[in-house]
Amino acid sequence: MSSTTEFVVRKSLNSLFSSNAARPILSRLDIELTERCNNNCVHCYNNLPLHDESVRGRELSAQEIKTILRDAAALGCLGVRFSGGEPLVRPDFAELYVYARRRGLRVTLFTNATLITPTIAQLFCRIRPLEPIEVSLYGMAPKTYESVTGRPGSFEAAWRGIHLLQEYKIPFAVKAVILPENKEDKEAFVRWGETLFGSSGENPVQFVLYLNLHARRDSVRNKQICARRISAEDILESLRQFRPDYSGKLAQFCRKFMKIPGENIFSCGGGINKADIDPYGRLRLCMLLKDPRLSYDLKDGSLKEAVTSLLPQWRKIKSTNPEYLRRCARCFLKGLCLQCPAKSWLEHGSLDTPIEYFCEIAHVQARSVGLLGIGEQGWEVKNGKERIASYGENN
Amino acid sequence: MEKTISIDTVYVPSEEVVARQVGGEFVLVPISAGVGDFEDAVFTLNEEGKAIWDRMDGKRTLREIALDLGTEYDTPIEEIQRDVIGFTEELFRRRILHQIPRQE
Ligand code: SF4
Ligand code: SF4
Repeated sequence: MSSTTEFVVRKSLNSLFSSNAARPILSRLDIELTERCNNNCVHCYNNLPLHDESVRGRELSAQEIKTILRDAAALGCLGVRFSGGEPLVRPDFAELYVYARRRGLRVTLFTNATLITPTIAQLFCRIRPLEPIEVSLYGMAPKTYESVTGRPGSFEAAWRGIHLLQEYKIPFAVKAVILPENKEDKEAFVRWGETLFGSSGENPVQFVLYLNLHARRDSVRNKQICARRISAEDILESLRQFRPDYSGKLAQFCRKFMKIPGENIFSCGGGINKADIDPYGRLRLCMLLKDPRLSYDLKDGSLKEAVTSLLPQWRKIKSTNPEYLRRCARCFLKGLCLQCPAKSWLEHGSLDTPIEYFCEIAHVQARSVGLLGIGEQGWEVKNGKERIASYGENN
Repeated sequence: MEKTISIDTVYVPSEEVVARQVGGEFVLVPISAGVGDFEDAVFTLNEEGKAIWDRMDGKRTLREIALDLGTEYDTPIEEIQRDVIGFTEELFRRRILHQIPRQE
């Protein structure tokens, strides 16, 4: 022993790994607690009715979720993200939350805030989640809000929840989903965001501009969602208007992430030290990846086995689709584009198909900053690397 | 008034803290508000810190812990005692450890 040794070093949770070579094999786990929701939003990609007993009966029990949380902590997991549906519709939510925190996991919660009661707010105050609560917000007035959620009274309930978070000083971030129903509220969202934490720094209200298609590929839902997708030009305009230093950030992003992906379909970070568990106990590579071929029932084996052997195996999948190989595999815009295996499956039922909507958004963005000329296509460009470098230098 | 650490006292980890292995590190994660210091602070222990922590079993005083460590480390006992007290001080003031009456 030596009195010069530092026995105890204080760190922030986020910096824990900055100097640590031995990362845990699982650092974050997403758990979808339920697909049921008390709202019925027009654009939602996965909600099921709140009182659907057959769905409820298939959901993991509290005990099963605790076992998963325990196993995740044993693998070194640092944080769990509870999502849904609406996680707070589960009567055992508080029990699961406390259990996760008592295993030393920080908790991120995705919620519509309508079910945040004084008891829940007090719990978050006493046992801090250590991550901001992520609130999805659908409007700044009852009319706009409820034309999205389809539920009378939901506006008031959501704001009651948000006010409780404010009252108990629980950090939260807001995801404002922009739809035709509420687009008139855009400015109001921003102004409210500025009143929350002042106009300096990042506005805690972030806009969700891109809608994903339906998790179960429901054609009626998909029609509803497609009808509400914002055009590529409008997305660009919103990005410029509401993301401070849009061009500079985009340049940074391009330098970091834009490269030609080749035939491997996973060029994202999905499944690297991360996994997702659906409400019925199936492990997936990420929350959006719903292809049943890439899922693993945890009742058939252990979390460790799935994380260490299956995820790396899935990540090695290569494309066999000639159209993907002709375009996305050779496209220097791939890092900028939202095409990915998960979204490709939602759109086309295959993991490796170009997605025209996202393709257009990527092209419009690239053209707007001079990365592409009029009429040029990302996959035809031969000197993408040089273009990104010179764009990066000038921004 | 600030409490000082007494070598003939038993200290135990607060129930509001979880000790866990994360990757290659042994980490103490505070659970409740008011334990630790800033909101997302965690505390990593080195090998010696962990050796002290592991011996805080609710039965042994700091003196007994130091004595036990003396059988493992080739260090003068006074120095070990100083280390054990320093370690305890650090965590006690953050309410990660608290004092309990000695159980006979
Ligand atoms: S949603 Fe797409 S990009 Fe994100 S982790 Fe999943 S597969 Fe990767
Ligand atoms: S921009 Fe088009 S071609 Fe390029 S990766 Fe996206 S979908 Fe594929």
